[in-house]
Parts: sequence; structure tokens; C-alpha cells
Amino acid sequence: MSAHHHKQTFVTKYIFSTDHKMISKQYLVTGIFMGIVGVLMSMMFRLQIAWPDHSFTLIEAFLGPHQEDGVMTPDMYLALVTIHGTIMVFFVLTAGLSGTFSNLLIPLQIGARDMASGFLNMVSYWLFFLSSLLMLISLFVEAGPAAAGWTIYPPLSALPQAMPGSGMGMTLWLISMAIFIASSLLGSLNYIVTVLNLRTVGMKMTRLPLTIWTFFVTAIIGVVSFPVLLSAALLLIFDRSFGTSFFLSDIFINGEVLHYQGGSPVLFEHLFWFLGHPEVYIVLLPALGITSEVISTNSRKPIFGYRAMIASIIAIAFLSTVVWGHHMFVSGMNPFLGSVFTFTTLLIAIPSAVKSFNYLTTLWKGNLQMNPAMLFSIGLVSTFITGGLTGLVLGDSALDINVHDTYFVVAHFHLVMGVSAIYGMFAGVYHWFPKMYGRMMSKTLGYWHFWITAVAAYGVFFPMHFVGLAGLPRRYYNNTAFPLFDDVQDINIVITLFAILGGLAQIIFLANFFMSIYRGKKATQNPWKSNTLEWTTPVEHIHGNWPGKIPEVHRWPYDYSKPGWDEDFVPQNTPLKEGEEPS
Amino acid sequence: MTALIYIFIAIVSAIAIWQVTNIFNLKGVIATERDNNTQGYLFAAFGVFFYVLMIYCLVAYNVVLLPESASVEGEHYDNLYVITMLLILFVQAITQFLLFYFAFKYRGKKGTKALFYADSHKLELLWTGVPTIVLSVLVIYGLWAWNNFMDVSDAERPLIIEVYAKQFSWEARYAGEDQTLGRANVRNIKGINTMGVDMTDKNTQDDVPTRILHLPKGRQVIFKFRSQDVLHSAYMPHFRAQMNCVPGMITQFSFTPKLTTEEMRVNEATVAKVAGINKIRKEKGEDPYEFDYLLLCNKICGSSHYNMQMKIVVQEEAAFNSWLKSQKTFAQVLH
Repeated sequence: MSAHHHKQTFVTKYIFSTDHKMISKQYLVTGIFMGIVGVLMSMMFRLQIAWPDHSFTLIEAFLGPHQEDGVMTPDMYLALVTIHGTIMVFFVLTAGLSGTFSNLLIPLQIGARDMASGFLNMVSYWLFFLSSLLMLISLFVEAGPAAAGWTIYPPLSALPQAMPGSGMGMTLWLISMAIFIASSLLGSLNYIVTVLNLRTVGMKMTRLPLTIWTFFVTAIIGVVSFPVLLSAALLLIFDRSFGTSFFLSDIFINGEVLHYQGGSPVLFEHLFWFLGHPEVYIVLLPALGITSEVISTNSRKPIFGYRAMIASIIAIAFLSTVVWGHHMFVSGMNPFLGSVFTFTTLLIAIPSAVKSFNYLTTLWKGNLQMNPAMLFSIGLVSTFITGGLTGLVLGDSALDINVHDTYFVVAHFHLVMGVSAIYGMFAGVYHWFPKMYGRMMSKTLGYWHFWITAVAAYGVFFPMHFVGLAGLPRRYYNNTAFPLFDDVQDINIVITLFAILGGLAQIIFLANFFMSIYRGKKATQNPWKSNTLEWTTPVEHIHGNWPGKIPEVHRWPYDYSKPGWDEDFVPQNTPLKEGEEPS
Repeated sequence: MTALIYIFIAIVSAIAIWQVTNIFNLKGVIATERDNNTQGYLFAAFGVFFYVLMIYCLVAYNVVLLPESASVEGEHYDNLYVITMLLILFVQAITQFLLFYFAFKYRGKKGTKALFYADSHKLELLWTGVPTIVLSVLVIYGLWAWNNFMDVSDAERPLIIEVYAKQFSWEARYAGEDQTLGRANVRNIKGINTMGVDMTDKNTQDDVPTRILHLPKGRQVIFKFRSQDVLHSAYMPHFRAQMNCVPGMITQFSFTPKLTTEEMRVNEATVAKVAGINKIRKEKGEDPYEFDYLLLCNKICGSSHYNMQMKIVVQEEAAFNSWLKSQKTFAQVLH
């Protein structure tokens, strides 16, 4: 393949590129931009929670008609939490994370010239771009963006009379998500086909780096569950625009009875969470894959229990599709279903525990190289455990009753999938930046970035559990109507201060990222002394990845500090020594 | 406390800005032995911060938590909660310690080589097996408690109450002497018939509407929930009770009140919590707060979701009965 000799115009190289490495960078930069929007929103509603009725110039400047004297309206508050959730879950942690690293690493780590279909890959990115654009445009419609929560439960999301955000804003949200799902499906199919068909000679499934295993399994979960959300969105569009009654029945609102009859919002909840819960793992698994790779490389040690890790990834993936009902324990569904979902949900704790202990054992007696990526990976293990453990409360139907939809839930999922996945994404960026841009990021700034973020993340989400345990529901514009919650207000202020601190810390990352693209130190071919194939490609990007033949693979990717070798790493393409056991 | 954090943030921002201006020095890119050392110590320090934060929160924020369950069934909730929390804290304390300790202890040093240790079926069996056993216990107790909450088939002379949700208020009606709620549908809503009860149904006649929920101590209450417009959730945190209100369907939940409002007001934890709240209110110049049970909305339902509540009064059964008698039935209200 000599594609790199073709003359490329600016448009084919940087915009409508079919090269997986360029598409990966496009995903990353779009994801980072959406991340900035999502984080800014969280700053604004945290200000509202901590100091209700206080006037803020920031809010006055950003929210235009949706504020009064620097105080946001209740509807805008709900819109902000809704769009924050949507953007962070889908646009940053699904597309930004999976899109970036699946695209970058699948061909490079399995030894392929590109994705199975470069064209589909390009279409996938541009659909994502279009859906991001629509989501951003929805912020500017007159009545405000969608505001029914990121779970958009009807009837609230179905009836424009129920809240202003359920008008044009909701329509755009649904169209944006439908396009997003199409993008995600095209990407996922491509990943699956590529991993199955384009592995280089010797790259058995049992020699794949764990990153590839997680991307592969994530893509399968996506293909299985995203279409269900698409159908839910379509049915909701039908209910909203064409008068059907899939999710609506017996409604009296604004002084009139609506014609809807026979539908059920509970049906929507089932459809939504059939994606919604696997989505948690779509977000989390790639982060865990990146962490496995980064921890092993930087511990200079093989990942402990490689096969058990694969087994737990598959177990988590399977279980993730049969636990959605734990979001619906108090939805009014049959209590027997609650029992079933409690059982399947708590089962997930087992593979999760295996993964956590395997990470700990990988660190044990290692020779830890404290690169910024490593710090974020260790941070991920910490937040994954802290957040995962409270899942024992929420996954248990009986215990969920009293903490359901309180701040306890918010704290739980932000730690276990929000912060953890973001840490995974940061670890990936620091680790593979040299592969993406041919330059290195500054470690000093990386250290500052990590430590401030780590303190802030726990400062935000640890105290938040207690706000929930005090009984304060989430999505309250303020809690001044309840003297009962007056004593959690101080905690809310502490949380907001830490949130601002954490938000500011990301400026360090942004500065490091964008400056390093242009001014970073030139990368060497294998800066982290890693075993995987992406580090055998030249630093300068070429179409087709390897100038000559694709390397052959002779061993698994985790031969770090192997006895009998002088160096503490043995790349996958190194032939076996005489008498050496193949792995 | 707050001022300290402000100062802290100011200092950190200043350092951040200083670091950003230092951006042109991007030369250090790969961790050296010195970095490994520094970062290892920082992980140890972070471990200390982590434990201090955890213990501080557990101690200082204990007072804001809900007092003991005000319902009989909720006692199992509290037991299960305590068992689960102890387990969580135990595992948390050990695993986080190991994590930060390893990060400190095995920080990279020149000349050392990591141990090539790729697998151990014994260890893996251990941390598959132990969680399985522990989880089985939690699941079994959890499911038993869940069924205890949800199964109302063995209720003796339960009190049946319908709770009705709408943007952004609550109403309720008692089933009356016949222990049966009359039919209702949103299509009947008109004028003062705000709950849409069907007056042609004879079961409706003795139903009693109310806007303050009165409950008898020691008698099992079965709640039937309806919603008029969008999803709401009837959340009664003190009773460990919650159920969504779904338009087009009737959902239910049940519990037996254990402590009257008066008894809860003198409960030790409540007294401490109310004292804390009133201290804050006094500083702000607001009226003192007196404890009351509440039902609040816990499912996003629109602009005023944050202010959708109904007061609950738990009384001795005799007092409750005489209160109920003094209320007007639908027959009296609507005719």
C-alpha cells in the first residue's frame, strides 16, 4: 500500500480524512470542546446550588434571557443539568473516549493498515460532528434546551405544556441523539469487523492488548443496546409530533384532558435503560482498558491475571445488558422484577472486584514509573473502588428505596463512571499523545493537573454522599423550600468550591495539550518502552501506518521485566528466544 | 472553614496561572527517578488526605443524616444499611490503603526490576470466591427486606390512602368506612373535583380528601399513587419509603408508622439535627424550624419540582380516628 504517496489536499488530509489516526484526533478535539461546554455548565449550576438567589456575572453573561439579574431561572437550571449529563455521557465519554482511542489504537495495536472501512469511519465522525452541532444549537432556541433530565422520561419530555424545555429544544435533542446513535453504530461495527478480521500474523485473540479487548467488547455492547434507544427516541418523536400514545396515558395538564390513552412511561424507562445501563460500561470499559495498558507499562510488570481480565470484561458486558431494571426499583414495575434485577446487579460486583484486585496485584512489587498517565490510572483505580462500593447500596432494591434519585446516586455514578472514565481518558491522552502528535506533553503540568483534579474530585463527590443520605433529592433548583435541608447547605458550598477548583485545574490540561501540539518536545519512537505494536510505527504519521511490511507478533503484550532478558520490556514483534515458552 | 477554602483556591489558582505562563518550558516529559520519588510520596500524602477526608465526613456530617426509621418496616432498611455500610467501609479502607501504599512503596528506582508475576489461580479464586459469598448474604437479606416492603397480602385491617400528584402539589384521599377507594380518572376533573373522582361510584361517597397527610401510629398503611400529568415520585425519607407516581397507572407502597410526630420531635438524633438547623436559621435571621414529617417529590417534574411537598402528621390511632371523623367526605364536599 502506497497511499502516502498520493497527493493530499488540505481537505482530504484534515477534514474529510479517512485515515484512522486523523479521525481519532478529530474525535478527541471535538470531545474536548464538548467537555469544556459540559464542565462550564456544571460550574454554573453548582453556583446556583451553593448560593441560590445570589447574582453572578458569569450567569448573566452566559444565560441571556434565561436569567434574571444574574440568577438563573428554574427551567434553565434543569436544562443545564440535562445538557451537562447528555454531553458528558454521550459526547465526551462515549464519542470522545471510545471514538478517540478505538480509532487510534485498534489498527495500530492489532497491526492493520487502517480500519476495515475508512469511509464508514469518516462518515461516523461527521455524523458525530453534526449531532454535536445540533446539540449545541439546541442551547439557543427561544424556550431553552431540553430540560427533562438526561433520561428524558415522558410525559415531561413529551409535552411542551409540561415545561418550556420540552418544545423545540427537546425536538433538537432527539434528532441530535438519533444522529449520534447512527454515528456510534457505524463506528462500533467498524471496530468489531476490524478486530475480527485485520489482525496481523500471530496476533491471536489471546494476544490482544486489553485495550483492544475493551474496545471490542464495548463496540459489541453498543451495537446491542444503542438501537433500542433509537427506537425509544423514535417512538417519543411519534408521541410528540404525531399524536400516538406509546408512552402516554390519562393526562390532564394546563386545564385540559389530553387524548392519549393506553401508553406507559414505564415502557419508555425500560427502553431507555436497556441502553442506559450498558452505556455506563460503554463509557467505563475503554477507560479500564487504557488503565490496564498504562498500569502494566508503567509498573514494568505484566498485567496480573490477563485471562481473568478478559473473562471479567466479557462477564461485565454480558451482565450489563441484564441489569437495567435497577434504575427502576421504585418505578412501579412488578416487585418480583426488582428481586431479579437486584440479583443480577450485585453479580456485577464480582468481575468488578476481580478487576480491582488484579490492578492492585499488578502494582505490587512493580517498578512504578510515575508518568502523568500512570497517576491518572492509579487515580482511576481509587475512584472506581470508592464509587463501585456504593453500588452495593444502590443495586440492592431494598436499600435503593430511600436513596433513589438523591445526591447519593449522583455521587456514586460520578465517581464510578464519570471521574473514573475521565481519568481513563486523561491517562490515554498523556500516554498516546506522542503517537497522535509526534510530540510529548509536559510532565510537570501533567502532575499539577492530576493532583489538583484528584483532590477536587474527592472533595466534590465524597461529601456529596452525605447530602444524599440526608434525603436531599437531585435536580432541585434550590432547597430553600425545605428547612429540613438547611444544614446540608454548608456541604453544598464546600462541594461547589471544590468543583470550581477542579474546573480550573482543567485549564492546566488544556494549556498543556494545545501548547504541546505545537511546541512539545519531539517524541522518540517508543518513549514509554512499551511492548505493543503502535510503538513500532514511525513517529511521523503515514497512511498505512508501517512503511514496509506489517510486523508479525510472537508473544503477548505484557512481557515486562521478563527473566532472561536484559531490557525490562520485550515488544510483541520480538521473536521467541530458543527454548522460550510462547505466551 | 469557608474562608480557608477561598484562600486555598486563590493560592492554587495563582500557582496554576504561574504554571501556565511557564508553559514554554515543556522539556520534562518522561518521569525520572526523582519524579518517581516525589510522586510516590505524594501518593502517600494523598492517602492520608483521603483517610482524613473520609473520617472527617463520617464524623462531622453524621448529624445531617436522617434519624432512625419512623416506620416498622424501615427498621430492616436501617439494619441492612448498617451492615452494607460497614462492609463498604471495611473493603474501602483496606483496598485504598493497599493502593496508595503500593504506589508509594514500589515507586520506581534505578537498578531495580519488577517481579514478573503474571498469574495465580489461587489468588484469583480467593477474590472471586469471597465477594461471591459476601454478596450472597447481602442479596438474601436484601431480597427478604424487599419482599417485606412490597408484599401487602398479609396486612390486617390496613388503612388505604390514595396519594395524588400533579405539577406541583400533592393531594390525598382516605378510602373511608368501606375501605375501598372509589374510581377516579383525569377525565372527571372539573372545578373542585381536583382529583377526578367518579361521583357515580358508591365507593367514592365516603372517601375523604385532604391536603395534609395524617397517619395512625401502629397501623399498616397501603398507599395507592396516581399522577395527573407527568411522572412524580412520592418520597417519604423518614419512613424509608418511595414510589413513583405514573400517569395512567396505579402504583403502591406500604409501611406501618412507628413513631408519632411528637415522638420523633424528641428523638435524640432529631433534636441534634433540628438544633443544628436552628443555629443556622438564627444566624440568617429566619424563624426557628420545628420538625415535621414530609412527603416530597423526587422525580424531575418541571419548574417547581424543587417545591412540591406535603406535610405528614403521625398520631396515636385514637387521635387519628377522631381527626378523620372531623373531615368532610366527598359526598359532603362535592354535593
